[in-house]
Amino acid sequence: MDFSLTTEQREIRELANKFAKNEMIPYAQEYDERGTFPIDQFKKAWELGFINTCIPSEFGGSGFSSVDSVVISEALAYGCMGMNTAFMANDLALLPIVIGGTTEQKKKYLTPFTQEFKIASFCLTEPGNGSDAGGIKTIIKDGGDHWIINGSKMWITNAGYADLFVVYGTIDPALKHKGISALIVEAKSEGIELGKKEDKMGHRSSDTRGVRFNNVKVPKENMIGKPGDGWGIAMSTLDHSRPLVASSALGGAQRALDLSIQYSKERNQFGVPIAKHQAIQFMIAEMGMKVEAARLLTYKAAWLCDQGIRNTEVASYAKAFASDSCMQITTDAVQIYGGYGYSKEYPVEKLMRDAKLIQIYEGTSQIQRLVMARELIK
Amino acid sequence: MNIFVCVKQVPDTETKITPTGDGSFIETASIKWIMNPYDEFAVEQALLIKQSNPAANVTVVRVGPTKDTEALRTAMAMGADDAILVETNENLDSYSIAKALKGAIAKSGKTADIILTGKQAIDDDALQVPQVLAEMLNLPSVSVIVGFEVSGNAIKVKREIEGGALEVYELGTPCVIACNKGLNTPRYASLPGIMKAKKKPMTQLSLTDVGVSDSDRRVKYSQFRLPPEKPPGKKFEATDPAKQNDVVSQVVGLLRTEAKVI
Amino acid sequence: MSNILVFTELHDGHVKHVTLEILGKLSGQSVDVAVIGDLSNDQIAELAKYGAQNVHKLKGAQLDKYSPEGYANALTNFIKTKSYDYVFAGATSMGKDLLPRLATKFDAGLASDVVNFTFENGTFAGTRPLFAGKCLAKVELNGPKPHFISIRPNALGMTTTPTSGSGAAHDVSVDAGTIRAMIKEIVKAASTKVDLTEANIIITGGRAMKNAENFKILDQMADVIGATVGASRAAVDSGFAPHSMQVGQTGKTVAPSLYIACGVSGAIQHLAGMRTSKVIVAINSDPDAPIFTKADYGIVGDLFQIVPIMTEEFKKLLGR
Repeated sequence: MDFSLTTEQREIRELANKFAKNEMIPYAQEYDERGTFPIDQFKKAWELGFINTCIPSEFGGSGFSSVDSVVISEALAYGCMGMNTAFMANDLALLPIVIGGTTEQKKKYLTPFTQEFKIASFCLTEPGNGSDAGGIKTIIKDGGDHWIINGSKMWITNAGYADLFVVYGTIDPALKHKGISALIVEAKSEGIELGKKEDKMGHRSSDTRGVRFNNVKVPKENMIGKPGDGWGIAMSTLDHSRPLVASSALGGAQRALDLSIQYSKERNQFGVPIAKHQAIQFMIAEMGMKVEAARLLTYKAAWLCDQGIRNTEVASYAKAFASDSCMQITTDAVQIYGGYGYSKEYPVEKLMRDAKLIQIYEGTSQIQRLVMARELIK
Repeated sequence: MNIFVCVKQVPDTETKITPTGDGSFIETASIKWIMNPYDEFAVEQALLIKQSNPAANVTVVRVGPTKDTEALRTAMAMGADDAILVETNENLDSYSIAKALKGAIAKSGKTADIILTGKQAIDDDALQVPQVLAEMLNLPSVSVIVGFEVSGNAIKVKREIEGGALEVYELGTPCVIACNKGLNTPRYASLPGIMKAKKKPMTQLSLTDVGVSDSDRRVKYSQFRLPPEKPPGKKFEATDPAKQNDVVSQVVGLLRTEAKVI
Repeated sequence: MSNILVFTELHDGHVKHVTLEILGKLSGQSVDVAVIGDLSNDQIAELAKYGAQNVHKLKGAQLDKYSPEGYANALTNFIKTKSYDYVFAGATSMGKDLLPRLATKFDAGLASDVVNFTFENGTFAGTRPLFAGKCLAKVELNGPKPHFISIRPNALGMTTTPTSGSGAAHDVSVDAGTIRAMIKEIVKAASTKVDLTEANIIITGGRAMKNAENFKILDQMADVIGATVGASRAAVDSGFAPHSMQVGQTGKTVAPSLYIACGVSGAIQHLAGMRTSKVIVAINSDPDAPIFTKADYGIVGDLFQIVPIMTEEFKKLLGR
């Protein structure tokens, strides 16, 4: 058994840490306040090879393992969970193509992402269907030599900047899960209508919108797999993406822990730094314990994925535990900072707002528990 | 053109420094090592020269332990061509390090045209190696440079002195240039760069190979200790405007009578 | 008793303050001073007051401007004609550049940036900060003599009871040798203030200054007491002041005799850059600001009220 990262992974982590420190942290507060999309950081991160880590080397990617991706995402989320959501969304959108796409689709749609900076968006959730993804209402109709999409998508990350959408719909709502299908849709296609940017509690720098598909024509060859393969592709995408989302919570939690330790040594109350008070020590111990446990679960979920071992159960543990812990840790960080923690002048209230979303998106903490129970009791 | 960049590995700037129990050095077990920040400007400058002169070869040289080779690997991931490590676990002084660097450059078989270094290493903060190395090699040197232009064989550099004034020097190659913050913006090592760096050659030499021995030590450090804690200061409450004149007058008085600084 | 040479550089024709600090500390040794260029009789008298036995004015071609090689060659010429045990200089921009090269001409060691020292049985032992001042160590020199030492300005302080020397002035002709790196021009910085790292008094503004415009109240106080104005990282990051004014881990490391922090909370990274200041005054409205744990004199109150009052008090005290 070996818990250590390889030399290469340590170097990758160093680089990502440095990027987070120099390019993300100095802007995170301002971008959050103004809701600025981190386009400069996104491009720089792409130039350095941090984006689209899921693309295999035969299609021009760097050939990163799931563990490598988690190392990068943890470090970047440490810089800003909101910006990291924007970065990570490319992977979430491209993963269905990596998992279920044909060689032609991969060449046509993955390779360009390694050659120039492009943004992709994953469209699953609908105004009326979140956790109940099987109840999708977006209709994919066979138009002879093409498909026709009609329907509304909600909370679509990067939608306003996307070059490419991966859209889930159904060929027949009555078929439930068995009717779900996935299409690769170019953003320039006619009939795509973007909603206004959502004014969110956290992850305010990431661009989140509704997207309407009005009779959007998509070439036949753009379906990933066959009609009805969508659910299976979505499920295996989640096995890959949940460790990544967990690592984002992990990075945010680590930041809250580091800031809490730093502040508790500087802040004096009753004549001593508050770190000398047991009440604070216990909170910090609790934070440290949870961060480390979340890290072990996250890295194990990614490692299982790399070994080709089914990780559905552990990936859900990781996603739920890391995001719930991140919420608790960032809330405690605000508590340790006291009045200052509640002020926007200090960085911890933003962490608390950002943490909340990770418990919600990519399968709520409650859905994760359903998955765990199903895996455990089956 | 052969460019040599001398780099050092130092504790991360945020590292807490704890002297060892016997005061012989500092605790190094939990230190995170990074490339000396000023050396990054030197590496970047070398790569900028290489950009406009693709035939140039950039060699990074470091004297230090083998355990971590981060600084050399980072420099190669940024784009340096090859590396030389002079291996030692000892804490050498500036004179010995300069002599080891001189030996390593000689062993490389290449003639150095430009030797770049950081202006200082942020561990011992001695600010000696570039000038000592230059004198040992009988080369001209300019330190603390914030501007660098090369045209043919002529180099024009700007050296920052007190008060932010700049001394503009002109010199030819070969020479030693010690770089300061503000000279350039060091690039990041990209992920593909990290992969490529694995395949780049790294030569390892011993201190004996480069002709350095114990008798070269000129400066000896001992009794490493934390700076003394100051006695608690005096704190005056002056949020009430009515008290402010008295409090300030008292403090200003103390600065003269007690602290004797005004 | 050791034979010691103190090299003094000239700044606008004047002897640098650090030279007098070194001379004062060397009281009881046999000390000469060397300068490249000329000194007035008044300046020679002042050097004598602080203990200079002989003042050697080195003169030769190509020495009107500093060059690392020219100065090193000239001093080597001169030092070789004498038998000094130790050569001291200030750890100034020039001292830091020149001394390593000069020491190597003698294959000798250099203890740089020393903040205090003693002589026991004629042997030098110094103290110097390492790791950006996060620790101190004893520094000793081995190998061929003379041994070289550079002293951090403002670290030793001025003696109030100097022992005078005879101050005999000598003109010495020296050879600058071959100079390959030559100054073509000097570009003056916009500000004529003493650099932060050299300043004897520093007034720093933090995030609580609110904007760049408000720094003028610090400038006003600085004018009264001859201080240089600095800024905390928070103030620099907020765009109130340029990076060249930043004091701290990622800015300048300073050790003035008086440091006045106005609205600076005292983050660890700031403390790293100023904790070796002799006397620290903190003005902050937050009574729990960490800066107060380092301050010799803390004033809890609104800096916008306190600073103008303090400026007036300084004016009264100094009769300005």
